[in-house]
Amino acid sequence: MQHARVLGAVVATRKVAAWHGRRLVWVQPIDLDGRPAGRKLVALDTVSAATGQDVFLVRGREAAEALPDAFNPADATIVALVDRIEGAGR
Amino acid sequence: MKIARVVGNVLATVKHPALAAQRLLLVEDEGPDGTLEGKARLALDRVDAGEGDRVLVLDEGNGAAQVLSRARGPVRTVIVGVIDEVESFTAQDIR
Repeated sequence: MQHARVLGAVVATRKVAAWHGRRLVWVQPIDLDGRPAGRKLVALDTVSAATGQDVFLVRGREAAEALPDAFNPADATIVALVDRIEGAGR
Repeated sequence: MKIARVVGNVLATVKHPALAAQRLLLVEDEGPDGTLEGKARLALDRVDAGEGDRVLVLDEGNGAAQVLSRARGPVRTVIVGVIDEVESFTAQDIR
């Protein structure tokens, strides 16, 4: 699971049935210092994340498990809004 | 599994129900000699690890569900041990 920042919303009216009513957002994984780390990606959003917010992302098979029906094609999902990280930064 | 160092405590009020009432820690991968490798992950803590601890991190969903004793959910990274010591061998020792 990794730390990322929301860059913006991705609007797609037509999408697979399993994602109806779900938001998609564009995110940038970030490192411990908040700098970009890795490629930007589109993730499903389960916590109503806003642009610029720091979030907690789960990738892989577990991303689909965030929806009530796990039979959906998600490969990245936002599962928490990060308020604060105590003690971060070496 | 990965060897990592706990570098922070993550506070998140809004989260998926699967993460409710779980301690969330930020961990950074560590090399065999203890150098931090710059790759950070967020992990659930099952062993009461604290900041600065060297830990064993599982990053796989089925194992994570077993450790948490529940059905599979959107969780794949769990701290499963606090490392006391790593005895390392050099290529020469093995030969």
